[in-house]
Amino acid sequence: MQYLPNILFALVLIAGIGFFTRNVRKLIRNIKLGRAIDRSDNAARRWKNMAYIALGQSKMVRRPISGILHVVVYLGFIIINIEILEIIIDGLLGTHRIFQPILGDGLYGFLIGTFEVLAFLVFVAVVVFWLRRNTVKVKRFLNKEMKGWPSNDGNNILYFEIVLMTLFVLMNAADTSFQQAGVGNIVSGFVAPLFDGMGADTIHLVERTSWWLHIIGILIFLNYLYYSKHLHILLAFPNTYYGNLNPQGQFDNLESVTNEVKLMLDPNADPYATPAETETAEVPEKFGAEDVTDLNRVQLLNAYTCTECGRCTSVCPANQTGKELSPRAIMMKTRDRLEEVGKNIDKNGEFKPDGKTLLDYISTEELWACTSCNACVEECPVSIDPLSIIMDMRRYQVMEKSAAPQELNMMMTNVENNGAPWQYNQMDRLNWKDEE
Amino acid sequence: MNVPTMAELAAQGKQPEVLFWVGCAGSFDDRAKKITKAFVKILNKANVEFAVLGTEESCSGDPAKRSGNEFLFQMQAMTNIEVMNAYEVKKVVTACPHCFNTLKNEYPGLGGTYEVLHHTQFLKSLLADGRLTIEGGSYNGKRITFHDPCYLGRANEVYEAPRELIRKLEVELIEMKRCKRNGLCCGAGGAQMFKEPEKGIKDINIERTEDALEVKPNIIATGCPFCNTMMTDGIKNKEKEQEIEVLDIVELIANAQDL
Repeated sequence: MQYLPNILFALVLIAGIGFFTRNVRKLIRNIKLGRAIDRSDNAARRWKNMAYIALGQSKMVRRPISGILHVVVYLGFIIINIEILEIIIDGLLGTHRIFQPILGDGLYGFLIGTFEVLAFLVFVAVVVFWLRRNTVKVKRFLNKEMKGWPSNDGNNILYFEIVLMTLFVLMNAADTSFQQAGVGNIVSGFVAPLFDGMGADTIHLVERTSWWLHIIGILIFLNYLYYSKHLHILLAFPNTYYGNLNPQGQFDNLESVTNEVKLMLDPNADPYATPAETETAEVPEKFGAEDVTDLNRVQLLNAYTCTECGRCTSVCPANQTGKELSPRAIMMKTRDRLEEVGKNIDKNGEFKPDGKTLLDYISTEELWACTSCNACVEECPVSIDPLSIIMDMRRYQVMEKSAAPQELNMMMTNVENNGAPWQYNQMDRLNWKDEE
Repeated sequence: MNVPTMAELAAQGKQPEVLFWVGCAGSFDDRAKKITKAFVKILNKANVEFAVLGTEESCSGDPAKRSGNEFLFQMQAMTNIEVMNAYEVKKVVTACPHCFNTLKNEYPGLGGTYEVLHHTQFLKSLLADGRLTIEGGSYNGKRITFHDPCYLGRANEVYEAPRELIRKLEVELIEMKRCKRNGLCCGAGGAQMFKEPEKGIKDINIERTEDALEVKPNIIATGCPFCNTMMTDGIKNKEKEQEIEVLDIVELIANAQDL
């Protein structure tokens, strides 16, 4: 019976990590439903972007208040998690603070002291975040796509962090021998007097309970990620790595179109020639995106990475002037549809047509309101590109469904007939030279 | 006005220093034609050997591409590329950021690789080479704010060239609260120029005009014919056209020197 806690701990750990792994595999499978895209170029520049943007949070601090608070929470999260290593070893071996004798009181105290200070700072930052979300009317948290689950999700994450930080300090405060050693109890030292007068057994019970709840809380939080907007803590890294390196104004040229246009413009091409036999009976490529599976893998990774901060939407000219379009909602809807497709596959073994597409989530009204100004792309702290999804969906509207707004059809007819978006004769193009 | 075409020069066996890509707005839009002429005056003043394609030029394809019509875009692009490659064009300058972006970034993949410059970048290089001087003249001391065109600014990270030219005019360059990479769109991009906006509470150009009015400028400078239209409409909507002018940077330079 002596090993019961160790065995229990091992089981909890395996369950927590196992379930998380299962969801990560699902995540990867879903992302791979997208079209392959080659982003294997410029590895050096990509690593640098990841280091600056994800690790270095360079774009977060463009908005100083939320940016600096975020850096505190982020650093706290990363650094305090070093402590998990000790917790896991202790849990598996049945030891108590195994690093204390190994590292010596000085270094160990310094580390735990740092963790405690960070835990306190994270606590404060998270409280400010909660106030910003729930009492201060920050506009980007109040858009209509933030009603219901997205808003609760944001708060849940904050509650998780408050509880985890509290438990961390509490388990240190109730650790009598740790308090007596007096190393690194910078914050918990102020909490410890609360237990004065309690029996040793009670204090020990508080310490054990806090310890267990803390590690179980962490495992639950880990598994909450997949269901939450909070995945960005992991995906921000690959997402910034695979981000677009071209100038933001450069949209990709569809290769499938290039081949056809070349054929059209080639005076020697035989218009009646039968297409060359391909090895496999390929389905003709669809132009643009109708559903998530027509998007590329980076776009789908973008959707999972989005943490719904809404910076994109707050700078979107269309959204600011009351249009239906919100770049954040484009990302959220893409993820929702991708999840739906994923669940369909889980259930049926393969995707069974459900009569729906991404267009049931994203309306054409949203798509046509975009000015392609790139403000959303510029603003995203983790290199998400909502504009590319909007453009791919416009392509589908125009090239597969001929469903552009009427005025745009007229513009395109003019371009086609007379080489200008307005109805002027191409032969008059140089008339300005002689006009006064 | 001395505006040679590529065809004329080719007939004489000559190759200009730079091709001036006029663009559709610059060719047909009454307001934008003034920008075109102002730029030509400066080019002539600086003795730049340039040429235009004239009737051989066709829409760059930008509005088609941003509308999602990749077919039409590539048809336009390949036709234009064929013409430019036939003339062995090396360097292109344009006063339209949309043409600039498309030619610079999207043509190379289709076989058209040129050095493409926005007119503000080109004039900046003329200044640096001492081929052009800019003096304040009539604009001395005026308050001028510059509206960043999205396809020049964020799309291609050109923020300084236009500002450098404006500063040379010995004016007071004042920035709107949203400028450079945070600049707000005028509302014309992504082919919005050619359609009515979706329903909302305000037009984007009004929102942007309000940004400009906040800094109380005498002049709103632009570097894009479409931004010019949108800002001009915004100023008219606010009934400020008596007090505030909307002018392209090359118009400022040409006017200042009475060209």
